[in-house]
Amino acid sequence: MLLQRFLIRLLTMAITLFGVAVVVFVVIRVAPGDPIAMMLPPGATDADIARLRALYGLDKTIVQQFFIWLSGVIRGDFGTSISLRQDVLGLVFNRLPATLELAITALLMAVAIGGTAAILGARERGTAVEAGIDIASGTALSIPDFLWGLVLILLFGVLIPVFDISGRVSPQLDLPFVTQFYLFESILRLRFDLTWDLLKHMLMPAVALALPLAAIIAQLLKQSLKEVLDLDYVVLARVKGFSETQVILREALKNAALPTLTLVGVQFTFLIGGTVIVERLFSYEGLGNMAIDAVINRDLPLIQGIVLVFALLFVLINLTVDMMYALLNPRLRHG
Amino acid sequence: MDEARIARRGLGPRLRLAGGWLLLALLAAIFAPLVAPQDPLAQDLMLERLPPFWMNGAEPGYWLGTDSLGRDLLSRLIFGGRVAFVVAFAAAIAACLVGSTLGLIAGYFGGWADRIISRIVDIWMAFPPVLFAILLVAVLGTGLSSVIIAIAVIDWTRFCRVIRAEAMGQTRMDYVENARIAGYGRIGIMLREVLPNVVPSIVALLSLEMGIAVIVEAILSFVNLSISTDDPTWGGIIAEGRLSIHQAWWVLVFPLITLILTVLSFSQFGEALKARFDPVLR
Repeated sequence: MLLQRFLIRLLTMAITLFGVAVVVFVVIRVAPGDPIAMMLPPGATDADIARLRALYGLDKTIVQQFFIWLSGVIRGDFGTSISLRQDVLGLVFNRLPATLELAITALLMAVAIGGTAAILGARERGTAVEAGIDIASGTALSIPDFLWGLVLILLFGVLIPVFDISGRVSPQLDLPFVTQFYLFESILRLRFDLTWDLLKHMLMPAVALALPLAAIIAQLLKQSLKEVLDLDYVVLARVKGFSETQVILREALKNAALPTLTLVGVQFTFLIGGTVIVERLFSYEGLGNMAIDAVINRDLPLIQGIVLVFALLFVLINLTVDMMYALLNPRLRHG
Repeated sequence: MDEARIARRGLGPRLRLAGGWLLLALLAAIFAPLVAPQDPLAQDLMLERLPPFWMNGAEPGYWLGTDSLGRDLLSRLIFGGRVAFVVAFAAAIAACLVGSTLGLIAGYFGGWADRIISRIVDIWMAFPPVLFAILLVAVLGTGLSSVIIAIAVIDWTRFCRVIRAEAMGQTRMDYVENARIAGYGRIGIMLREVLPNVVPSIVALLSLEMGIAVIVEAILSFVNLSISTDDPTWGGIIAEGRLSIHQAWWVLVFPLITLILTVLSFSQFGEALKARFDPVLR
């Protein structure tokens, strides 16, 4: 049952990725403007342009180009970036860890903030505290990450300058890292001076990304908790003498968390989508920032590679959430 | 008289504030040449980075100060509103027409139509939306119509998903079955019976989508991919403000406040409209 579900999901995932590849390929091939002409100095002859065009395979029909590119992608060859003259896969893997670190930090913050607010709101249900949490989460949800980023830049970059507003790490620092996961590696190497510097750069973009998701978690988890708190087994725990906080943490939370978990999965993909503009806003050297540069430079192979990697990330997250849901939900497990 | 009173009581303070702000901003944008105190494009290096009116060094007539080229901030915000509202209305309506139509078809007919449309929605959801928007505008070339098309192409899925689910629910209701027994055709039932019942959701989503469109336009002009760079846009002003943030904070603060108020108003408006239309909540 589970295996069958997994295989069906894997198949739809492949169809989705193929669809994304087709859409992005067609969209950028329709683009007016010649990326090859932009690469060459103004004095280049037509013969030079034709030669370079053949080198990048742009002289073939669009269908031929697609299948040449696709067969490369399946072998792990995403082509060569036109603007940076480097292997696309290498460039993407160089930047992806920065984006993943940012997204995971933001996710953890969203779960921590939203979870705390939900538990507090459920414990203090019907009071001014709950009303305050409702207003705060409503506001956090209505304002998108781009605007939160700007608000944070003004508050903690300019008014009270405690955090850095641009870059990933202070440029004068000597980095001993072997991976691109600077934050995680600095913790493992116990170089907390570097961790602090990295966090000073990462906290504001992470909070900007986290706030809308934290609001959704707060609203949904609080609602589920309030529903569970009226059920018999919870009442029983209360009669046994557990305090309200203990009842929530020990009894109610694990049964109320399932709907929130599903939603967090979908919302996490939105959060990752948000890194594109938030990285730009904070000049954070991640995949999204590179993607915008690639679009501005009309770097077709690089754009294709980045979009496909984002899409792969999205479908993998959805698959993981779906499988976790199936494993955790007793009705599906035994169904 | 009585009806008027009921209607007025229905308007909560939040709806009145939200509607008030949107009306003010919209009127200012429509009559921009009449209400803007200065020419939004006029540069004057003698007047660069003037602070807002309550600070030392402010000049009369430049209420919110000037940017690093000496252009009047308030006038640029008012003229920027024109782009914002045109994009908000046009893009949201276009996304709504495409998404609601496909959602209605998928939800009401089910079967193969539903499977194909849902698969396309899945593919669309696997794109990072902001990157997709930037890519589309880069492909279509900058300009107002490109921005509108890009937003509609990306955001139709929001309408499609919600309307599909609602239409599916409505289709199972008795009244649809009754209409079928009464001899109405399938398309007739879809348009005459199912559509009116999903209109409240469409209207609420439409208001929400206008707020989203304003943000996406601001993001596009922030990365310099919206309309031509000469015309003022809220995102363009924000991009300038981000650069001169340590010298002139007001160039970032005022467009940011304008954007936040506009987005909050559109979402409040959408919620209130939904509550008003919803027979259960009413």
